[in-house]
Amino acid sequence: MDVNVDLTVVWAFIIAFAVFAYVVMDGFDLGIGILFPSFEVGRERDRAMNSIAPVWDGNETWLVLGGGGLFAAFPLAYAVILPATYPLIIAMLLGLVFRGVAFEFRWRDPSHRRLWDFAFTGGSLVAAMAQGMTLGALLQGIDVVDRAYAGSWFDWFTPYTLLTGIGTVAGYALLGACWLVWKLDGEAQAHARTLAKRAAWATLILMGGVSIYNLGLRPEYADRWLTAPEIYFAAPVPILTGLIALALLRSLSVERHSKPFWLSLALFFFGMAGLGVTMWPYVVPPGLTIWDVAAPERSQVFMLIGVGITMPLIIAYTAWAYWVFRGKVGDEGYH
Amino acid sequence: MFDGFDALLLARIQFAFTVSFHFIFPALSIGLASYLMVLEGLWLKTGKQLYLDLFKYWLKIFAITFAMGVVSGIVMSYQFGTNWAVFSDKAGPVIGPLMAYEVLTAFFLEAGFLGVMLFGMNRVGKGLHFAATFMVAFGTFVSAFWILSVNSWMQTPVGFEMGANGQFLPGESWWDIVFSPSFPYRLVHTVLAAYLTTAFVVGGVGAWHLLKDRTNAHARKMFSMAMWMAALVVPIQIFAGDMHGLNTLEHQPPKVMAMEGHFESHPDGAPLYLFGIPDQDAQELRYAIGIPKLSSLILKHDPDASLDGLDTVPRDEQPPVAVVFWTFRIMVGLGFAMLGVGLWSLFARMRGKLYDWKWLHRAALLMGPSGFIAVIAGWVTTEVGRQPWVIYGLLRTADAASPLDAPAVGASLLAFVIVYFTVFGVGVWYILRLMKAPPHAGEKGVKRTEKGPVRTAGITPGPTQNPGHNPDTLPSNHEEADDGR
Repeated sequence: MDVNVDLTVVWAFIIAFAVFAYVVMDGFDLGIGILFPSFEVGRERDRAMNSIAPVWDGNETWLVLGGGGLFAAFPLAYAVILPATYPLIIAMLLGLVFRGVAFEFRWRDPSHRRLWDFAFTGGSLVAAMAQGMTLGALLQGIDVVDRAYAGSWFDWFTPYTLLTGIGTVAGYALLGACWLVWKLDGEAQAHARTLAKRAAWATLILMGGVSIYNLGLRPEYADRWLTAPEIYFAAPVPILTGLIALALLRSLSVERHSKPFWLSLALFFFGMAGLGVTMWPYVVPPGLTIWDVAAPERSQVFMLIGVGITMPLIIAYTAWAYWVFRGKVGDEGYH
Repeated sequence: MFDGFDALLLARIQFAFTVSFHFIFPALSIGLASYLMVLEGLWLKTGKQLYLDLFKYWLKIFAITFAMGVVSGIVMSYQFGTNWAVFSDKAGPVIGPLMAYEVLTAFFLEAGFLGVMLFGMNRVGKGLHFAATFMVAFGTFVSAFWILSVNSWMQTPVGFEMGANGQFLPGESWWDIVFSPSFPYRLVHTVLAAYLTTAFVVGGVGAWHLLKDRTNAHARKMFSMAMWMAALVVPIQIFAGDMHGLNTLEHQPPKVMAMEGHFESHPDGAPLYLFGIPDQDAQELRYAIGIPKLSSLILKHDPDASLDGLDTVPRDEQPPVAVVFWTFRIMVGLGFAMLGVGLWSLFARMRGKLYDWKWLHRAALLMGPSGFIAVIAGWVTTEVGRQPWVIYGLLRTADAASPLDAPAVGASLLAFVIVYFTVFGVGVWYILRLMKAPPHAGEKGVKRTEKGPVRTAGITPGPTQNPGHNPDTLPSNHEEADDGR
């Protein structure tokens, strides 16, 4: 039994890692989609899209790992969360359909370009908003009776989930703008930097808003953050987040290339750590802990072998794919 | 809206719709990835420009097909939880890990190397690029392996224990679960079906261009390759399908009864019904036309062998017979039509007329989409044929759905139908337009510029302004202009 308990925690961290990888990697793809209308039609838009065309598919695969991994390691959580956030999940999937096909379709016919650019932005925006609202719906709690979702199909819609949705849109826009600061140069880069500054402020304000809202959302959340001894473990998270926020704003004003992107990743990392502190050890607040929903040990062990073998390889060839397409995008147009 | 509907029925329609639409794309991309690998391999081996041209021609079509497969596939990975929550909770410990393996060993592999395959020819060496193409092709196969393992376990569940909480739990051996009794047959039959679907698409496109211009060397090559596949692989597929049918008879006899239209038992030799109108309420096949004893001969290798009919199966455990009966005939009929084209092409080849017989080209063009119809018909046969069970004999489909109201399921179904038909309809139209353009020497790769060859913006070097130098035809050429850093 001891082994089983440990494996459940291991799996919680693996799923959290997959979700984090998805959020930051597809986050910058979706962010570029969200910011797309502000780019000049033609070269600026083409370069923005080309900067992610070779990697978006791999980035999106982390979403399948997050969903598939949840199904495999915590099947009951998967079976409760998806019906509880049904319209959000469907909206996200349809948004991702539009966003995904736009990568190929926008090049096929110049007279359709405007339509697919709109689909790219609309799909990205809907997907980002739906993901943020799903997170909010999870944090505010889901009614469960007899291993099944017991609410109705619009329970998730509250002011709080609107806030988390908008916060996610802003955060993705920040990631996307910082990615473009790294991958573009010249005027386009300056444009991306301006966008990144605005998105950084919006993200920080909304992150702060959600954090404060969380304290009043459920009494146990406030306890985890504000009482001893938990506060000693929890306190470094907001402090480090604040320091990173300052460094990020500074890196955007001194014209660095890759640094803002890495700092925005760090910002997301500590944002997720904060969520971890808020929820742990519940996966479906207020009733289900990770142990309540975990798959049996045999399933956990079998998958852990697979993860142990494949994950280092996945990280290696993903890194290689990024390295192949390293550097600024599309300079040759200047020749 | 949808208040008067049955949420279960809507959920079933939604799954059938999204999975059928989805499967169209992998049915092509599994085969096309391998075809691209063969073309690139032949190019590397022979150095002939023709193979590289064909590679680039089909790469553009592959890119669109693959993107549509990815986005419709992500929908599938969430359908289990959104609409089939009870199934997900109960079966998750057994099939969840198999699907996790699919993500880890297949999806990442495909997605990780796809970017290099599509856009990286000028950025990595020829050998590495070929390796990337191989990885994508291999990934599509591994993906088929795992998802068919999941499906097969649901059809022929073994190697599990029942948990106290009502969950199916894995038993001692994962090997038993992964290699459930129907899996090897289903895997071979489905992968061959994907290859043949691709072969007939390639053959149809080749035939179209041969009908326009018999001398087009590129069209000749693709038509010839496709017809070799048709001539050699269709007979293997018919044999594999027969084996799969025998396996189904062993594990899911009511499905075979429905396929055959056998409402009544035949103690001394069952007929093979070629035609009939199944009437499930009356439990009889009306206007039946059959060949005596042939069914027993095929299924039992003995014309006088006894075969049970649906009269041995309780009415509430019978699958809907008419759907299974007809889709099975569509699949088999198309299979034999494919065999006909394959043999015809063999005959034409022997006579040295492969590129001359216009009626052969017309037939191949007509059969271009036949693979898609056949695979969808085959899947409907096997999926409807296992009803009313979602986990065969153990969990009824009716007991597996999410606790959702009909309006929620109905609204999402409507959204899927509208979005899929418009988005994928346009995508298919783009593909058809690419196919309409004749393959030619100096074929371009996946284009990344908006307004043609004026300037290059992107990861692949577009054609430069420098006449007489086309980087697309010199894939190993590491141009400074390409890297641009």
